[in-house]
Amino acid sequence: MFRWLRDHGIIERNVVLMGVLTLITVSIGGLVQIVPLFAVETTIERVSGVRPYTPLEQMGRDIYVREGCYTCHSQMIRPFRDELERYGHFSLAAESMYDHPFQWGSKRTGPDLARVGGRYSDDWHAAHLRSPRALVPASVMPPYAFLDRPLEYTDIQDRLRALRMVGVPYTDEMIANARADLEAQARPDADPGAYQGRYARARQAAFDGDPNRITEMDALVAYLQMLGTLVDFRDVTPAQLRQP
Amino acid sequence: MAAATAIAALAPGQASRAGEVTYVEGPIRAFAIATVFWGVVGFLMGVVIATQLAAPLLNLDLEWTTFGRLRPLHTSAVIFAFGGNALFATSLYIVQRTCRARLFGGEDAGWFLFWGYQFFIVMAALGYVLGITQSKEYAEPEWFVDLWLTLVWVIYLVVYGGTIVKREEPHIFVANWFYLAFIITIAVLHIGNNISIPVSLFSSHSYSAPSGVQGAMIQWWYGHNAVAFYLTVPFLAMMYYFIPKQADRPIYSYRLSIVHFWTLIFIYIWAGPHHLHYTALPDWVQVLGMVFSVVLWMPSWGGMINGLMTLSGAWDKLRTDPALRFSVAAVGFYAMATFEGPVMSIRAVNGLSHYTDWTIGHVHSGALGWNGFITFGALYFLFPVLWRKKAIWSQKLIEWHFWLATLGIVFYITAMWVSGIMQGLMWRAYDELGFLQYSFVETVEAMHPYYVIRTLGGLLYLTGGLLMAYNLWKTVTSGEAAEPAPAAVPASAIASPAE
Repeated sequence: MFRWLRDHGIIERNVVLMGVLTLITVSIGGLVQIVPLFAVETTIERVSGVRPYTPLEQMGRDIYVREGCYTCHSQMIRPFRDELERYGHFSLAAESMYDHPFQWGSKRTGPDLARVGGRYSDDWHAAHLRSPRALVPASVMPPYAFLDRPLEYTDIQDRLRALRMVGVPYTDEMIANARADLEAQARPDADPGAYQGRYARARQAAFDGDPNRITEMDALVAYLQMLGTLVDFRDVTPAQLRQP
Repeated sequence: MAAATAIAALAPGQASRAGEVTYVEGPIRAFAIATVFWGVVGFLMGVVIATQLAAPLLNLDLEWTTFGRLRPLHTSAVIFAFGGNALFATSLYIVQRTCRARLFGGEDAGWFLFWGYQFFIVMAALGYVLGITQSKEYAEPEWFVDLWLTLVWVIYLVVYGGTIVKREEPHIFVANWFYLAFIITIAVLHIGNNISIPVSLFSSHSYSAPSGVQGAMIQWWYGHNAVAFYLTVPFLAMMYYFIPKQADRPIYSYRLSIVHFWTLIFIYIWAGPHHLHYTALPDWVQVLGMVFSVVLWMPSWGGMINGLMTLSGAWDKLRTDPALRFSVAAVGFYAMATFEGPVMSIRAVNGLSHYTDWTIGHVHSGALGWNGFITFGALYFLFPVLWRKKAIWSQKLIEWHFWLATLGIVFYITAMWVSGIMQGLMWRAYDELGFLQYSFVETVEAMHPYYVIRTLGGLLYLTGGLLMAYNLWKTVTSGEAAEPAPAAVPASAIASPAE
């Protein structure tokens, strides 16, 4: 039954043939699994509310990425009873559709953060990031007190432009006002009208407790506080959650 | 770290002669030394971050030493620095000897690969510590480092393929199929998963082209196949060369090697979605990933059988040759990890194991047991050959290395099994009133003793690695010289050709 194996000698004598056959063999699985995800419209659930990150939130997200938070925290709630009770509604693909890169994570040394937004106060987050064990004695999280330094956001427009190139629908207006929007969101006394028109449900606060300066802490807490808050699940019907 | 004599031995002009072919060996010696160096660094980083989880004070309150920044340093040091250098050393060594051809591009090409790859490692590592990372698991280096690696990799393909084209042997030896599949597929995966747009030409930061669910699928297509085509396929190539050489026996079954090669590389590529069970990835992809992961058990064990059965008639050597014992124990760990993997890819099992330390334990039975041990076996074989020594300086130290490392693995993976399964069960435990029984931080507290045991296991493994480094150093600097240069064994002596 293995007579065909004799012909393998042809492949073994021709490195180009072997290389091409290898390339074809290893390409099939990836093509079948990946390409339809871009083509099938129902990969992303049709829920409303998901919007691009505000400039401050995006800066916070970039800090989350910089610090490798994904090594200990997932952002992907699975459809299990215990996860529903512990973290909330299971995560939707739509909720990370503007995440470049995705940060679903693979390990929960700490809890899932997909819906951490609004669960704790800004002050709690800032204090916890500065010294986790001051608030949670058994925590093994590293301290992030160094985030109380000025946020470097001179390239915020470049960042939004790059994100627009990879598919995030930032408008010209959003990019033009990126700096002003970032500063307004971190200052409770600033006029919120303009940027809240561009970014629905964006909160405005002195996230790090100090309204007079904009720090990395401001950005990270602003990001954490909006995680999982954009979709209002009271409005979502089961039909909207269907994937193929 | 290299002794003066070791550096002297890196100079060209010392290449061995086999017939008229003069093999390139200087860069291979350098890759072998780098394997030992980065191995110790990688194990040390592992011990450091394991200790941080048991004693978080060791994050030192500095931004450069947090777990989040050091963990990619550990994984990259072990996979890409230790594993990568081992693969360069062995592939360039094996391709020349099994083709009876001098390396395509000669010494210069070899040295470019060596320094180009070390530059990639150092750039990536510095980036992690400074916070320059994509935070995509096992693909953390930023866009400019990725571009550099792409260049080095294309030249690697040219050098490797060119050497095969130049071969004197009519057939391409089986180990070279595996190395070739590794080089080609890693190129595809590396480019496919790292498409991104930099913030600007002068910014180290970039945004990945895909987002969310597509990004996750592409990442784990890459991530799982980094396991497949970086940590499995080319390490099987090492098995196919070094075990027959060490045992002085031909490969057990030529047919099995054909069947398991093609099925392994075809099926492995489908397994990525098992990292995304119960996520927002559509169910049809998850089920495909699960089915192929379970089927993958068969070709994996095909390779394992071919490796172990090669010892038929030579099993007694396990008692007398501790280096061979490393290679064979490696195949045993490979068998264990490739059985555990399919089990964990079943959705119901994964529901418990995912996000827990069970995954960490599984990875380490593969990395410490399979990749580590087969590399140690290869290094103990290569050093005397490359430096023209009779034997390794101390067989006794190899014995110590073997048992320390084995004990370390046992501590490590049993601790992770217990902590992983326990944490998974605690997360889903309910009390008699129907409430969740444990808060999250109670599960963190419960992990503590196992994190201490795991650290101890890692320390034992690191100690073994240091013993190896010392032993190899002594072999190079004061080992007894071998009389004649070892003659090359043609590929036909260790594999029967197709017809």
